[in-house]
Amino acid sequence: MKSHLRRRAENKIMTGLMFLFAILTIIPLISIFAFVITKGVTSINLDFFTHLPKPVGEPGGGMANAIVGTLLLVSLACLWAIPVGILAGVYMVEFAGPRIASTIRFTADVLSGIPSIVIGVFAYSLMVLPMRSFSTISGAFALGFMLIPTVLRTTEEMIKLVPQTLREGALALGISRFKTTIHIVLSTTLPGIITGTLLGVARIAGETAPLLFTAFGNRVWSTNLFEPIAALPLQIFVYAISPFEDWQRQAWAGALVLIMMVFVLSVVSRSATKRKYSFS
Amino acid sequence: MTNEIPFKKIWWEDPLFKSSTAFLAWFVFGLSVLLVFILGKFSLPSIAQFGLHFFSSTEWNPVTENFGALPFIYGTIVSSLIAILIAVPLSLGVALYLSELGPMWIRNPLNFLIELLAAIPSVIYGLWGIFVLVPFVRKYVEPFLSACFGFHPLFQGPMYGIGMLSAGIILSIMIIPTISSISREVFSLVPASLKEGAFAIGATRWEMIRLVMLPYGRSGVLGAVILGLGRALGETMAVTMVIGNRPDIAISLFAPAHTMSSVIANEFSEATTSLYAASLMEIGLALLVLTLALNILARMLVWSFYGKAKGTRA
Repeated sequence: MKSHLRRRAENKIMTGLMFLFAILTIIPLISIFAFVITKGVTSINLDFFTHLPKPVGEPGGGMANAIVGTLLLVSLACLWAIPVGILAGVYMVEFAGPRIASTIRFTADVLSGIPSIVIGVFAYSLMVLPMRSFSTISGAFALGFMLIPTVLRTTEEMIKLVPQTLREGALALGISRFKTTIHIVLSTTLPGIITGTLLGVARIAGETAPLLFTAFGNRVWSTNLFEPIAALPLQIFVYAISPFEDWQRQAWAGALVLIMMVFVLSVVSRSATKRKYSFS
Repeated sequence: MTNEIPFKKIWWEDPLFKSSTAFLAWFVFGLSVLLVFILGKFSLPSIAQFGLHFFSSTEWNPVTENFGALPFIYGTIVSSLIAILIAVPLSLGVALYLSELGPMWIRNPLNFLIELLAAIPSVIYGLWGIFVLVPFVRKYVEPFLSACFGFHPLFQGPMYGIGMLSAGIILSIMIIPTISSISREVFSLVPASLKEGAFAIGATRWEMIRLVMLPYGRSGVLGAVILGLGRALGETMAVTMVIGNRPDIAISLFAPAHTMSSVIANEFSEATTSLYAASLMEIGLALLVLTLALNILARMLVWSFYGKAKGTRA
């Protein structure tokens, strides 16, 4: 039998150790932020937002095309993936039986665990090979495919919370299932769906691997949907592994811009659901 | 007033709505099946050429068209194991601190910070890895390990910084949020009556954790760890930027290595012959199967835990 004193000491030591672990976990985060901000701020300038990349050896230049490219890729991805995700989620809760619903839920869960590089290879085989060119739309397809599970599961979780009585009330007034879903079910849960979706969008905005063989990157200006397009994460990757100091400097600037985009999205998404849902 | 109701029913809108949502749900399902099918189809040439030998051969030679995936499988497994070894104690510590031990005022901010870790894009981890982590590992971590455990071949050899060890460390940082957030949720579901029972017979807080919370949440925590492992196996960009990308099996953790995802990222767009591309596809397929299996296992564990937690509560 251990003495009381020893047990209390053990308790104190373990509490301290857990605290130490928590601190250890935070250190990389602080380091990443410190470096991205200090190195990013000193290397960012107006040219970065307005100029195209310069050839090797020439100093200056920027990532204007990559910033626009990322915005375009992410918007296109949202354009197809958000409606698909929301409507598939609606089907799961409103129409499907329990067995079909759990099949779709399982698919979505499994899909969210597939490595992003595999999604990239899939999009390459499905779109780049038949079209014989790297393209914006294949990149947007890959990113959207990664977004779907998040949107689908969020929609499902949210509209499950809508009480059955609310639907029945609307249906009893002779309103169609379609309009009940749009005006009652979806509109009451919209903030929640927006939060989940924006978190997903923030995640795909920073993805690099699915774009390697789809959007591919482009050193010149292009917004053509059927041609390779530059993207911020791709440009950061290429510049980060390059041996040129000026490029490495710009990689940090790009990282700062990317991290700002991602965090603005996350913070906005959180503010959309400050209030918790309660239907009582 | 005639039939002027604002939501006039049109006879076809409900059937159309139902069938279009059904179509989209099955569309998602179909795309996922197509993904497996396409990867399988495109790796057929390599499967036909090398068979099972593909997974046991260490030769990777695009010039002679001899492809074996063992170095990449080895790299993926070892780097993920290092990540798990570091991440599990840290994440469990964080999860316990956040759910039991820490003072209330610190829990929410700390939790927010750890969630931020999950939001950082992989390529930024890689950038930080190249310029901050790798020099740190080369200057401090590797000399330290070699001084302490240098008698073992794992910790011998030249210290580049770039290599297996750095990849494992960066992976561990990336999977901590996954493991800790699920574990935290699992711990929060331990019934208060069980915890209070432990306190009532005089257990200290740590004894309560060790004897009640950890055993109760075992399957859930295991699920969280496997989910983290799945994430580590598939992670691409950060790893490829710090691991050195050399297709050799070296005993030393200080040596450069290669993983399944990093070889696809590096070589896929240069794969000129169809056999080369098919071999890379097959690696992708293997990676897919591996992560699918782990994910399914993890979900089953977490679900079974939630089922149990609900049962006890009712």
